[in-house]
Amino acid sequence: MGISFRKETFRDDFTFRNSPEHIRRFPFPFHEDAYMYAVNIEPHVVGPKGSVLENLIDVDEHYVAEMQDRALVLAEDPLRCQSLPHMTLAGWDLLELLMEQQALGYPEHFTLTRDGDRWRWINRPLGIDDTFTFGDTSTLPYGPMEYIIRQSQGDFCILDQRDGNLWMDAGMVTTQADWSLDFDIGMNFFEWHAPVPLAHEKGIFTRALKFLTNIQQGKPARRLNWTMTINPRLDTSPENYHKWGPDRATVTPENVGDKVHLRVELQSFWRLPRSNGIVFPIRCYLIKMDELVTQPKWARRLHRVIRDLPEELATYKGLTRYRPTLVEWLSKLDDGSPTSPGFGPD
Amino acid sequence: MSTGTTKLDVVVSDVVPVNDLVTRFHFRRRDGELLPTFSGGAHVVVEMRDGERTRLNPYSLMGSPLDTREYTISVRRDDVGRGGSLFMHRSVKPGLEMVISYPVNLFSLDLRAKKHLMLAGGIGITPFMAQTAQLAGEGGNFELHYTCRTASLGTYADVLRERYDRRVRLYHDDRDERIDLDRLLSTQPLGTHLYVCGPAGMINWVRDRAAALGWPLEAVHFEHFAAPQPGLPFDVTLAVSGKTIRVGSQQSLLEAIEAAGVDPPYLCRGGVCGQCETNVVSYDGKFVHNDHWLSEEDHRSGCKIMPCVSRFEGKSLVLER
Repeated sequence: MGISFRKETFRDDFTFRNSPEHIRRFPFPFHEDAYMYAVNIEPHVVGPKGSVLENLIDVDEHYVAEMQDRALVLAEDPLRCQSLPHMTLAGWDLLELLMEQQALGYPEHFTLTRDGDRWRWINRPLGIDDTFTFGDTSTLPYGPMEYIIRQSQGDFCILDQRDGNLWMDAGMVTTQADWSLDFDIGMNFFEWHAPVPLAHEKGIFTRALKFLTNIQQGKPARRLNWTMTINPRLDTSPENYHKWGPDRATVTPENVGDKVHLRVELQSFWRLPRSNGIVFPIRCYLIKMDELVTQPKWARRLHRVIRDLPEELATYKGLTRYRPTLVEWLSKLDDGSPTSPGFGPD
Repeated sequence: MSTGTTKLDVVVSDVVPVNDLVTRFHFRRRDGELLPTFSGGAHVVVEMRDGERTRLNPYSLMGSPLDTREYTISVRRDDVGRGGSLFMHRSVKPGLEMVISYPVNLFSLDLRAKKHLMLAGGIGITPFMAQTAQLAGEGGNFELHYTCRTASLGTYADVLRERYDRRVRLYHDDRDERIDLDRLLSTQPLGTHLYVCGPAGMINWVRDRAAALGWPLEAVHFEHFAAPQPGLPFDVTLAVSGKTIRVGSQQSLLEAIEAAGVDPPYLCRGGVCGQCETNVVSYDGKFVHNDHWLSEEDHRSGCKIMPCVSRFEGKSLVLER
């Protein structure tokens, strides 16, 4: 059977939609009616069938369209993909990880065959069938990291571990929520988290770094993060702020349901075997309010979370301008009844 | 013991005496699959079922990271140690089924280095076996200086000379050969990273000279081969699990906690990684801190202990475990 890939856009006419099955598998990030930072890291193990955790690297109906959008972003701005010279080995680690996981989870779409260093990779949705020598960059059309991320959903940061810290020394970032790889490249964990409010005072980053530097091979971890985006744009980068920033002034009571999207990042953390680096995939899921409120529990809970969000967080997440309009719209869907525990819809 | 790392079921595929003190052990996966890829400098923790006791000792992987059909470790026999190396030498034979951990690397190469300068003392050669193999495969620039007591105890010196020729320099104590450390450290190109593994005295000497000669801290990497030291037996109360246990003279505090059925996290079992750090609830006596993780201030405070290597002498000790 396999996935039926949608033809859709994340720019201009914004034809992005979630199918009804994909609405139900959306990784809704609020397990209670309020939100505050927590390290909230857990082992990245396979979850229920039909959820985004069914496979450790998720491929969904938006795959082909996302890869096309990524190619457009890279064509306009090659600096979205960077790898410092010492990170090439980590790029091969990532290529192996993503090929293995995609072939394992979706054998009808991806096939990896190895004969020693001679590897063959078949990607049917994108029409790719390449044979190459593992470890020999000249046998691929791009460097190993760029080659495989152009075929994988989500952004990827590859972190070098040294001096008890993590350094963002490679990555491809085209679907980000207002941050920039070109700005952060070469920074350490505390430097790239510097703009985040409140969490520093709570010692969250010190604890998180300690956890991450101890991530072991064969034991990946994950967490969810979220923000909101107006229109289903994957690329909300600082570089393109002039394109998406003004969208935030266009939200009206009439168009909230179509324009406002909850943007959830499933972040996972994996130790890479050859380089001893850590890869940090940031997988972005979008859902418009009209789709989200088809699940009454999510509608009620999101109303309470957004309404009660501390001001600093609302500002950091860029919600200020349209928050009153959104809360007013969501309040009509909140009958005041209790929400059940957990993330899933009722 | 699930909180350390993922485990691998292996079978001992070969046991090879290397010299009077050192024996090499080869492991393959019981299911015949390839072992996980690793990076030069990584270790595995080997579980030894010695009668009623389970010992867990870390050993550096010394094979090439490019070949994971088998893992190899080398164990130096310590006749006055706590018995782990003796168990390996006496009781581990080809065909024995064992459990080892996934590889963990606390002595990683800094891949930014323009040149890797490696200093090994004695059995401290083992992590460099894998690191040199990794770098040789990538055309990396390295130079290895290896000191040993006598030529016959120069474990793998012949192999290294054969593989890397003049990139390897040997020094024999019985011939009064000594690394001209100041000269060596003063003549390295900018961007060189220094790695040292060997006895504590050697590590301290190299670190001190490097600091005195102006090497940046970030360019100096070291791995202690610190096994837990024996000592006087002592009693500990574990506040969270509500148990009172005795730590034997040949047992580490961590091993005693594990034997009591508590499952604390660990990675290195050598006092460097920080994973088993434990809060002290109360104590009356004196700590014998043998770790390299806690700060001197932590040591003085009496609030924390690293149970993998540290001990206690006194009337009472209560830990938050």
